[in-house]
Amino acid sequence: MSRLLVSGLWKGYGEQPVLRGVELDVPAGSLTSVLGLSGCGKTTLLRVIAGFERAERGEIDLGGQTLDDGRTYLPPERRSVGYVPQEGALFPHLTVEGNVGFGLSRSERRSDTVAELLEMVGISALAGRLPHELSGGEQQRVALARALARRPQALLLDEPFSALDATLRAHVREEVHSLLREQGVTTVLVTHDQEEALSLADSVAVLRDGEIVQQGTPAELYERPADERLARFLGAVNVLDATLLDGSAETPLGRLALRGGTAASRSGLVMLRPEQLDVRPAEGANGEKGLSGRVELCRYYGHDALLHIRADQPNGSELLLARVHGEGALPVGTRVLVSAHGAATAID
Amino acid sequence: MSSVAPPAPPGSVGERIAHGWSGRRRWPLVSIAGAALATAGVLVPVAFLVVQAQDSGWGALRRLLFRHSTAVLLWNSVRLTLACTLLCAALGIGAAWLVERSDVPLRRLFSVLLVLPLGIPDFVVGFGWVSIDPALHGYPAAVMIMTLSLYPLVYLPVAAAMRNLDAGLHEVARSLGQSPLQAFLKVTLRQVWPAVLGGCLLVTLGLLAEYGAFEIVQYQTFTVQIFTEFKLGFDAAAACGLSLVLVLLSVAALGGELALSGRGRAFRTGPGATRIAGRVRLRRWRWPSLAALAALVGLALGVPLGSLVYWMARGNSSTLPSTSILSATAHTAEYSAAAATIATALAVPICTLSLRHRNRLTILIERLAYLPMALPGLVVALGLVAFSVRHALSLYQSAFELIVAYAILFLPLAVVGVRSAMAQAPPGLEEVGRWLGSGPADVFRRITLPLIAPGLAAAFALVFISSATELTATLLLRPTGVDTLATQFWTYTTNFSYGAAAPYAGLMVLISAVPAYLLSRRMRAVAGGRP
Repeated sequence: MSRLLVSGLWKGYGEQPVLRGVELDVPAGSLTSVLGLSGCGKTTLLRVIAGFERAERGEIDLGGQTLDDGRTYLPPERRSVGYVPQEGALFPHLTVEGNVGFGLSRSERRSDTVAELLEMVGISALAGRLPHELSGGEQQRVALARALARRPQALLLDEPFSALDATLRAHVREEVHSLLREQGVTTVLVTHDQEEALSLADSVAVLRDGEIVQQGTPAELYERPADERLARFLGAVNVLDATLLDGSAETPLGRLALRGGTAASRSGLVMLRPEQLDVRPAEGANGEKGLSGRVELCRYYGHDALLHIRADQPNGSELLLARVHGEGALPVGTRVLVSAHGAATAID
Repeated sequence: MSSVAPPAPPGSVGERIAHGWSGRRRWPLVSIAGAALATAGVLVPVAFLVVQAQDSGWGALRRLLFRHSTAVLLWNSVRLTLACTLLCAALGIGAAWLVERSDVPLRRLFSVLLVLPLGIPDFVVGFGWVSIDPALHGYPAAVMIMTLSLYPLVYLPVAAAMRNLDAGLHEVARSLGQSPLQAFLKVTLRQVWPAVLGGCLLVTLGLLAEYGAFEIVQYQTFTVQIFTEFKLGFDAAAACGLSLVLVLLSVAALGGELALSGRGRAFRTGPGATRIAGRVRLRRWRWPSLAALAALVGLALGVPLGSLVYWMARGNSSTLPSTSILSATAHTAEYSAAAATIATALAVPICTLSLRHRNRLTILIERLAYLPMALPGLVVALGLVAFSVRHALSLYQSAFELIVAYAILFLPLAVVGVRSAMAQAPPGLEEVGRWLGSGPADVFRRITLPLIAPGLAAAFALVFISSATELTATLLLRPTGVDTLATQFWTYTTNFSYGAAAPYAGLMVLISAVPAYLLSRRMRAVAGGRP
């Protein structure tokens, strides 16, 4: 197992810089997700790590070996890096077996290695098929087995699930995840899907405009995003005026614990996720505290529901988002009391 | 497709839809008649070739086919075909890679120049070389001249395939431990393999059909021998017997291409957009590569055109092109235009049936329409002669028969042109026309025809160019005393009157180079070409 370290990486096409000093740390054996919108440079980052493009500045190091530091450059075939592109890119003229054994030596191809790999990804029965005879999920598994065949020190996955339809995607994602766990291979997964990044990865790095704005565990990112833009990118948020004190925040929803608090008292903004809001019908709530308001919209998803609540504020009204259990969905027009739990995060 | 339309209440929209469907299913009579005519046109020459060949008895035919000189012809044809096809493949792939995948300078200019030799008839290329160096003859000269005139047939499809190459496969191969060269051989070449094979097939068929260029460099192939047997030996049975061997060779080439293209497919497996690869930096090979391309264009285009210009400049002083050049041009244009009209008109019903009423029979009809690709012009001409001598003597050596020969020979080109346009015209539009109350003829005129018009124009142009530069069948079938540009050029060339011949060749090159250029630009556009 090897640690992949990218530091100060610059890469551009013509005048346009695409990567501007990327810092990325992929601990040995971990699955690290690079999350970003399309056009942010995700794919370029992977291509430089794989060696399809050369770095302009900065350094890429895998398990102590320098792959590229802007001067010395190791061509892709001499890097121990597996690569699974979008859509899998299987060789259309080779069978499943031929694809998986492509990178192996002649003797390895004759041994049981290919059969074991097919077994591992659960497609032994398809060994003789051609790629166009496979479903999307099967193609992805072949591409994965092919990339793992040479026992690479690092594996790069470029939006590997985006071509699959929704039901298949969840299933294949789970399988790939547990397989990578078993193999313990250092993996970089590039995706634009927040849910995918948060649920699969040990560590998530958010790439924006060619820079990593934050890298951390999924929970760190979700709860303590570096800025408001990142907070909104990872999920719905409520941003509230608050008075910040040491360790707590006075908000319209009451006094809450504060993450990243300041020593001196000042006014500022805090962020609360919709699932931190508690909503009760105002009727029959005797003397309970909370911000009063009215349900303006209810999006029902089955397992939960998202309420849009128009708060009665002395200084005008504010729209609050609250995620409640499916059975807690309230009809539009209901008068409610809103309070909050957990800690608020101060944002700048 | 075989589902029964559900019953619909009378007068409802459903009933009109149901009628539209049944109307679409019924084969239009006009299309059937046209397709039948085209099929007959393709099959009659072959049938009469067989009839004529066994005219003097099977014994005589067997003696002819198994004599020593036939074996020599076979060896000559085979070694020429092998050498030229391999050279064309190497040049075509190499040039296509340089122009489409590398950063060689002037690549846009070369993408046009490399195609233009297609616009020069092979026998004019032969004339160009031999007229400046009379010592050129035999096998080496034949290989060189045919390679220089036919390599664009490989270059064109391979360049189109490389232009839209999916970079992903090459990169994956690199990440699986292959060097750039290994990845090119194992993956990139495999991706363009169908284009390479298709191009090589066209080269092989062109070689088997060629007469003029080989006559000029005195290289004996089947086609040359057949022509000699018929025109000089007046032995129609022997000519037809040898033609059968030629047809078999062509069919073998077709079969070989099918077998080699194998069961692997070249299409991409996943949905979604293809990411086009960046160009390879040649670095210190940049200027040598440019020199190589320049040398190829110089030999394939510069030498023939240069020698034409040279002889025209020389010739104008002694032999002024007389009125004969005007009448030859008029005849060429008249015959070619008539043939192009007929071939295009026949291609429409064939494509209508095979695309809109697809079943085994209509697919077979379409396949048969491609058969003339494997029939050298000489063979079609001999078959038509055999037919007319037996059943329609008044047609023998009439302008009509020559036009029919052109139309049959170049029917595949017309079908290719019309088919691609018709395949892109959604049949749904024709159905909408029927719902809106138009009859089949009205729908064809108001909807189908405007949609396929560009395809019709391309088909017409292709057949016109090919007919205008056709030599072999023209020499056999032209009405007595009538000359086209090709035959008049040929007469002068065989008399070594190079100066007099040159203007005729110049006109043919002009007639075919302009559409060849437009066609290559169109191919770029169709292939979604990038600069």
